[in-house]
Amino acid sequence: MLLVSLILFVLGIILFFVKRDLITMFMAVEVMLNAANLAFLTFARMHGDLGGQLIVFFVITVAAAEAAVGLAIILLVFRRTKSIKTDELRSMKG
Amino acid sequence: MTGLMTFIPFAPAASALLLILFGRRYSRRAVSLQACLAVLASFLLSFISFLGLTRLGPGSGPLIKNLFPWVQSGAFQSSFALRFDSLTAVMTLVVTGVGFLIHLYSVGYMSRDKSYARYFAHLNLFTFAMLLLVMSSNLVLMFVGWEGVGLCSYLLIGFWFEKPSASRAGQKAFVVNRVGDSAFIIGILFMLFYAGNTDFLMIDKAVLGGSLTPGVITAIALLLFAGACGKSAQIPLYVWLPDAMEGPTPVSALIHAATMVTAGVYMVCRLSVLYSASETALQVVGWVGGLTALLAATMALVQTDIKKVLAYSTISQIGYMFIGCGAGAYAAGIFHLFTHAFFKSLLFLAVGSVIHALSGEQDMRNMGGLRTHLPRTYPAFLVGALAIAGVPFLSGFFSKDAILSRAFAQGQYAVWALGLGTAVLTAFYIFRLLFLTFFGSERLTPKAKAHLHESPAIMTAPLIILAAMAIFAGYIGLPSVFGHNLNVFSNFLGPAVMTGRESAEALGTEWLLLLVSVAAALGGLGLAYLLYRRKTGLPAALVRRFPRLYALVHHNYYVDEVYGAILVNPLLKGSEAVYTGFDLKVIDGAVNGSAAATSFLAKILSRGQTGLLKDYALVILAGLVIILGFLLW
Repeated sequence: MLLVSLILFVLGIILFFVKRDLITMFMAVEVMLNAANLAFLTFARMHGDLGGQLIVFFVITVAAAEAAVGLAIILLVFRRTKSIKTDELRSMKG
Repeated sequence: MTGLMTFIPFAPAASALLLILFGRRYSRRAVSLQACLAVLASFLLSFISFLGLTRLGPGSGPLIKNLFPWVQSGAFQSSFALRFDSLTAVMTLVVTGVGFLIHLYSVGYMSRDKSYARYFAHLNLFTFAMLLLVMSSNLVLMFVGWEGVGLCSYLLIGFWFEKPSASRAGQKAFVVNRVGDSAFIIGILFMLFYAGNTDFLMIDKAVLGGSLTPGVITAIALLLFAGACGKSAQIPLYVWLPDAMEGPTPVSALIHAATMVTAGVYMVCRLSVLYSASETALQVVGWVGGLTALLAATMALVQTDIKKVLAYSTISQIGYMFIGCGAGAYAAGIFHLFTHAFFKSLLFLAVGSVIHALSGEQDMRNMGGLRTHLPRTYPAFLVGALAIAGVPFLSGFFSKDAILSRAFAQGQYAVWALGLGTAVLTAFYIFRLLFLTFFGSERLTPKAKAHLHESPAIMTAPLIILAAMAIFAGYIGLPSVFGHNLNVFSNFLGPAVMTGRESAEALGTEWLLLLVSVAAALGGLGLAYLLYRRKTGLPAALVRRFPRLYALVHHNYYVDEVYGAILVNPLLKGSEAVYTGFDLKVIDGAVNGSAAATSFLAKILSRGQTGLLKDYALVILAGLVIILGFLLW
């Protein structure tokens, strides 16, 4: 199970770095979060400790909130710039 | 009784506070009414307190009203306490009496000024500070009043601050006074250190009880006298007073003639026990007074500005008072202070009336023949001139004679000679002023001539009252030649100041001294008459004959120039060097440098901020790897 978690996480990272549009990158983050959830559950079961499961609930809640805020931001970015490609959104360059 | 006297200083203080806070909302009538009434109230209270004091009799000691403990810090404590004794009575009566007349006069003189309320606010504030100075019962509280009058003097000299010369004069007065005042503070600290207290009663006790060594007494006396030199415009700190004439003329009359500048004399008399205990200090006081009297009188001879003549005359007359103090004749010094307050403020106000009549003209070369045009100002001025010249049977004659005869009796013949020379010069310069202004041909400018008018009654009424005082004030201090114990003034002051040294000369010598004084006064007067009425070409011829001497005196012995060269300029230059060398380079450099370094660093670091999301993610990933690697190693 930990192996699945690891694979999922690495896939998330690769996806994050390969893709250029914000929505896909956002999905990659979700994948990584779920990989982490999986690892937590596995450890909780291995050690018989409910703490791991508890944290997963927190993560799911936070992820839901984050998804709402994140998608809203992406929507606004698109409205303003007509683009969600990260290499075109460089106005924060120092 | 002691309750009443508390209100003496606080009546003008309350009025000043109201005028400062709400002056803009007052009508002109209300301002003048309130300001004058406050001082009048103070005068009446002083008079009641004075009557109470005379009823108590001489042996009762000073009345002390302890308002509240003011400073308490370890062993040092000072209370906010007022003191009323015969010396205070004389001073408060002079300050509030002359002050009230000058307030009245100002109503007319300043009637067209736009900062009417501010003027009276400061005048009231001055009255408060001066009353605090003369009524305080210890040195520390006295110093508060001392600085207060200095502040008001600064504010009122620079009253017309739009004029650069006026605001410069104000600053000069302030800075020169600082020099004396720093010595004064050191004196107070010495007193605290050695006597442990600055209460006047305690000081007297400490001096008489012998708990202070003679060296300490002399040091304290001289340090405090340095402060007096600043405030009372004596050598070497007199330079601010002539410039102070930039202020309105009533201010010159009140502050720079009648009251504030005599604060030094008052201080010396208040500490008469201390000064009498040090022969050296008395010698210094007498000599400084004598030299100042003579030098200032010579400078008054050649002035062309009508107010400057009176300014130098004031310096010279205060010198007289210090001659008296130096001879241990404190009562005589205060007596001259008393009569001088009347005749000098009379002269100033009369001159103010002349200036008012001529629409601001102050140069005597543009005056002359005003006798008929100013029928009330002229006799007033004449009385003042006769009084200051020491013509017999006017107030100045008695007080001047009292000082000179005491100096002679003390064996200070050199100082006495200085005083006598001054007497001749005094009569000369004041009648030079009189002849140039009121007699001879009219040399008015057309502008002045167009508005020529006698001053309104509110200005001439104080002149008449002061003229009466200038004539009769002397009769309360008759010299002993006219009979025994006629000197009411000296007897009244007796308990407050040291009188032990006032030994009387033989009657014959007294008469002789009296006659010599009269001769001196009449001699100076006659000389002025000769030079400025009979042979009017003579003064110019004398100037041609002694050009060097004239230039020397005309430039006031180059004292201002010397001070400028050895003190003011090096200070200015030094300050400028420090400003450009240290302030601009080191301090500003450090501040600007750190700012520049920050922005330079920021520019380099901001390169890392590419704006590319991938790069940031990469950095996060790298961080993660590094931390994990570190933990798992």
